[in-house]
Amino acid sequence: MSEPVLEIRNLRIAFPTLRGSLEVVRGLDLTLGRERLGIVGESGSGKSLTGRAIMGLVPPPGRVSVDRMSFMGEDISRLAPADFVRLRGRRISMVLQDPKFSLNPVMKVGRQIEETYHLHVGGGRRQAYARTLEVLAAVKIRDPEAVYHLYPHQLSGGMGQRVMIAMMLIPEPQLLIADEPTSALDVTIQLQVLAILEDLVRERGMSLIFISHDLGLVASFCDRVLIMYAGKVVESCLASELDRVQHPYARGLLSSVPRLGDDRPELPTLERDAEWAQ
Amino acid sequence: MVLNGGRGGGHHRLLVSGVAYELLRFAAMLALTLLGLIFITFLIGRVVPIDPVLAVVGDRASAETYARVREELGIDLPIHQQFWLYLGKVVQGDFGTSVITSQTVLHDLRQYFPATLELATAATLIGVLAGVPMGVIAATHRGRWIDHVTRIVGLVGYSMPVFWMGMVGLLVLYSWLDLVSGPGRLDIAYDGLVEPVTGLLTVDSALSGDWDVFRNALSHLVLPAGLLGYLTLAYISRMTRSFMLGQLNQEYILTARAKGVPERRVVWRHALGNIMVPLITVIALSYASLLEGAVLTETVFAWPGLGLYITRSLFNADMNAVLGGTLLIGAIFVCLNVFCDMLYRLLDPRART
Repeated sequence: MSEPVLEIRNLRIAFPTLRGSLEVVRGLDLTLGRERLGIVGESGSGKSLTGRAIMGLVPPPGRVSVDRMSFMGEDISRLAPADFVRLRGRRISMVLQDPKFSLNPVMKVGRQIEETYHLHVGGGRRQAYARTLEVLAAVKIRDPEAVYHLYPHQLSGGMGQRVMIAMMLIPEPQLLIADEPTSALDVTIQLQVLAILEDLVRERGMSLIFISHDLGLVASFCDRVLIMYAGKVVESCLASELDRVQHPYARGLLSSVPRLGDDRPELPTLERDAEWAQ
Repeated sequence: MVLNGGRGGGHHRLLVSGVAYELLRFAAMLALTLLGLIFITFLIGRVVPIDPVLAVVGDRASAETYARVREELGIDLPIHQQFWLYLGKVVQGDFGTSVITSQTVLHDLRQYFPATLELATAATLIGVLAGVPMGVIAATHRGRWIDHVTRIVGLVGYSMPVFWMGMVGLLVLYSWLDLVSGPGRLDIAYDGLVEPVTGLLTVDSALSGDWDVFRNALSHLVLPAGLLGYLTLAYISRMTRSFMLGQLNQEYILTARAKGVPERRVVWRHALGNIMVPLITVIALSYASLLEGAVLTETVFAWPGLGLYITRSLFNADMNAVLGGTLLIGAIFVCLNVFCDMLYRLLDPRART
């Protein structure tokens, strides 16, 4: 592997508050090759914001500073908002958590997928339509022509998330950031959607950043895992070696995962140590 | 399962019968509402402590005249019979005769309502065309100077009394600068030159190609319409701003940005497309209230509109005219509501089911 797909050095994201600036991500380093990287952490650990920072989508008044952020060798740390648009969707894309809220309620889903295609690939109406049906079929939608004309509120959660994936993958980006893509779905549907995501990522040789709070899911789905706590990466390891992590927070997390066949009267709770947040 | 409804011919048949059903429902609703409206206005007209006979015959009429008119008006009859009589006439478009103009009320309304319609429509156009973009821009530039400017413009808009702004406007723009024409709808020299078709002077003169009249009517219209338009704008821009702020931090907006939609399209297509229902409601309400006749504005500008007509009729106990005018306003409200309902269905797929 020659050049990393994404390289981040010392990413910091801060929000101004009444009592001074609050740093939510505090010096994050990340190197991503052609792989599936999981980022795990609890709510507020800064994992979602990290994903947004890569796309230049940290909501105001958040402030991002980074020593180095490069994507496929191109420095994107000082990119103007207008230039980020060029990158978004076309080369880096993002799947959000809940299709109930992340699809435009007043646009037919087919049109929403087509919009992405038009923006990045161009081509005529007919071509875009044909391609949209193809990509709907690729995410295992059984009747693409009917689904094309539906509105988001007419879809089930699983279908919505597949539409979302189709919409984000149609211009064939090189990096996909999936921010809790299955947390809003039923467990059985989760696995279907993950399988589709896995197939597509593998087929197209895409890199994936998979943000989740579900350790088990990340361990089985990703090649490598970062564990974040209070805005920092506290542990980085191969997914297969997750059992052998050192950091007490990561250990604590692992030991709180319930296992079938365990003979434990009570799940241990995580004892936090103020030192972890230093 | 939703998918079953979305396939081939069945889908279309469903849609067509759906439309017919909707139209029927709307027609029924319209008829019922109007009937109720007639009933209530009729009752109000009978309950108010105004002697309709006296209003017709005057203070000095003899007892015989009084009795004769009383019989003619049908006041002796029991109230339900009176109502049926009134209803029967209204259905035929007969609202009775106005005491003060001694014309039929229908004739009067045909004269006065177009003036109000013209003013209200022009004002609403100004308010929407300027107010919606202002609100959108204020929302996207929240907290920056342009947001503050629109806030102040809006604040001035609804804190200044309209009659005061009207008089200042007339003083400065008409009296001093002579940029616009004064009170009324037309200069006397142009009166009656154009055959009334719609009753809207600007439209009629444009239709007949009478551009002198058109220019004159426009220069009369521009100040009152601009003034009411400014009030409308103040309201609509504030509402648009708050609707937009509600949408701009929704997830689907993040999605649109993440898939590379340019910011302008994110705002004007994705976000604006989602505030259509509340926005239309606000616009329709403000339009309806303008159609009632802006009494103060009409007074300041001697604009012969509905507000002026109804107010004057009220002061003169001209009950036929008051009832006719009230009925017209009610009918406008109902029709606007029905129209909005249809628009909602058109613009928001969630309202269709």
